[in-house]
Amino acid sequence: MNASSTTDRMTRLLALVPYLSARPGGVALGEAARDFGVTERQVRSDLELLWMCGLPGYGPGDLIDVSFEGDRVRVTFSAGMVRPLRLTTDEAVALVVALRTLLELPGLAERDAVGRALAKVSTATGDAAERVTPVAVSVDAREETLTVVRGALEDRRALHLHYYVPTRDERTERTVDPMQLLLVEGRWYLEAWCRRAEGVRLFRLDRVDDVAVLDDPAAPPPEATSRNVDDGVYRPEPDAPAVRLRLARAARWVADYYPVEDVAPVEDPPGGLAVTVRTADLAWARRLVASLGGNALVDEPADIGTQVAAEARAALARYGLSPGDAG
Amino acid sequence: MAAKRAERLVNLVIALLSTRQYVTAARIRATVPGYEADDGTDRADEAFKRMFERDKAELREMGVPLETGRTSVFDTEDGYRIARADYELPEIHLTGEEAAAVGLALRLWESAQLAGAAQSALVKLKAAGVAVDSSRSLPIQPRLDRGEAAFEPCYAAARDRRELHFDYRRPDEDTAVRRHVQPWGVVAWHGRWYLVGFDLDRQADRVFRLSRVAGTPKATGPSGAFDPPADLDLTAVVARQAGGQEHLVVLRARPGTAVGLRRRATSLGPADDGAGGVEDRLQLSTTEPWALADELAAYGADVVVEAPTEIRDAVIDRLTRLAALGGSA
Repeated sequence: MNASSTTDRMTRLLALVPYLSARPGGVALGEAARDFGVTERQVRSDLELLWMCGLPGYGPGDLIDVSFEGDRVRVTFSAGMVRPLRLTTDEAVALVVALRTLLELPGLAERDAVGRALAKVSTATGDAAERVTPVAVSVDAREETLTVVRGALEDRRALHLHYYVPTRDERTERTVDPMQLLLVEGRWYLEAWCRRAEGVRLFRLDRVDDVAVLDDPAAPPPEATSRNVDDGVYRPEPDAPAVRLRLARAARWVADYYPVEDVAPVEDPPGGLAVTVRTADLAWARRLVASLGGNALVDEPADIGTQVAAEARAALARYGLSPGDAG
Repeated sequence: MAAKRAERLVNLVIALLSTRQYVTAARIRATVPGYEADDGTDRADEAFKRMFERDKAELREMGVPLETGRTSVFDTEDGYRIARADYELPEIHLTGEEAAAVGLALRLWESAQLAGAAQSALVKLKAAGVAVDSSRSLPIQPRLDRGEAAFEPCYAAARDRRELHFDYRRPDEDTAVRRHVQPWGVVAWHGRWYLVGFDLDRQADRVFRLSRVAGTPKATGPSGAFDPPADLDLTAVVARQAGGQEHLVVLRARPGTAVGLRRRATSLGPADDGAGGVEDRLQLSTTEPWALADELAAYGADVVVEAPTEIRDAVIDRLTRLAALGGSA
């Protein structure tokens, strides 16, 4: 068993008796298991272990005593374990930074409660929070857009968006049925059913140029299901055409940022990485390659390389240059 | 963990909490069940010593404030105790709403280190009698620290105040350069994570973007090796440095094109496109000139940079390399 699971179990063992002491009326075993995020069997095995522990002397009156009544469990002797261990630095940071982040979120209805919770938690964390907290989060958001979108979500109303689409470099207008707000890597996204595309889409709030709440109720159709963003906001398109690129070192970040497959190191360019991106949107792929400024070589489809190169030559001509002149 | 070891550790905590006296290792060995008994052999002594050292380390790792000292001047060796006031979580009473806020806040973490810490903090709050309703949902799914490999080592080194070294690649440099830093903290700013610290090679405050760190940062040397400035404001340091110097860029764009640039540009009015037509002259401000040059090059012939020369040259350089993609013309 690894170190972290040792610590997890010890944290739980030291917390279990105080947990029961704080609930003198007893707790259902299932509820305790949920509160600790483990199985009922695990709680039972923890209690059996604690039963063997107690004050030096270790006689019948010294040992922790737990009684079961049906499926409810109650502590009758705590051996002095009445309060949980104070928070570690990591625990204090996880709590304090997260609460501070919530406090920064515009339009959060619970802001007062968050502020009060932060004050109380800071007092209780004591030393751990007095040190400089080694994490800070500054949330990037257009206050007005976020407030309007949150309002629409709460009132279940449809929205009309002017939305900038960078892959096509155009501003679009669309009516959407809001589903939820997501904060991914510090950026806000609205997940909504797009009536124009007839599908669930993610809209990055900093690309919303204008937003209006409609009288129309939000009515995402039953087939509109939330997507899992745990693996990033770009969804791989497994059946889409393959775009095969060789990324120079300076462009290797692409492999971390977008879903890619068949990743393999290559010699040309030196320190490079071959990747396959699957996308039906070849305009997007062209734009990606162009924005990498020559740090991505295109193996397939060859058209993309040819088109990007032709556009670059046309651009150089506007500077009064032909490719041979420069560099 | 073996149940026996867990049992021994719980008993050790209870024993040391229940006394105000310092208890010697020998006394602990004799009273707390589970330690190798003293049978007079060196082997048994060694086994006990090793076990006890491991147990102390484990308790300290968990944050148990294990004190060492002597109860009276007549004591010949150090003993151990746990001061209840230092051990126990102070009283904390949260209303239902406040507890819900805590439950929501703790779901912001994704990295194993802080998500794990959030989970154990929750366990302790519940053990302190707080009823945290973690099932409550808001139409928000926050994610704070997803997918940044350098986050955990940088955070841990800043927390422990240990020196850190890593290979760092600036976009304008071809190879990664080894940097030695006293890490002060990690900051999420404008959707990106940064490490803030004192750069030992350059003898100055520096800000590093975590995504440009190559490989895994390594902490070296003892904990508590330095102190961050007392009045440190991590976010302000990043805003000042990552922001960098402001560059004003003047460019021309063909009518109806470069929508993305126009969203953040100021119009300077119509301009001659050099071929008898009219286009728009725009002014943009940027703190990331190389990223802007990438973006401008991607607009191809729709955009021509007029000034400053460095950005114009950077765009021409990119276009020249792009022009080579399709083979020779």
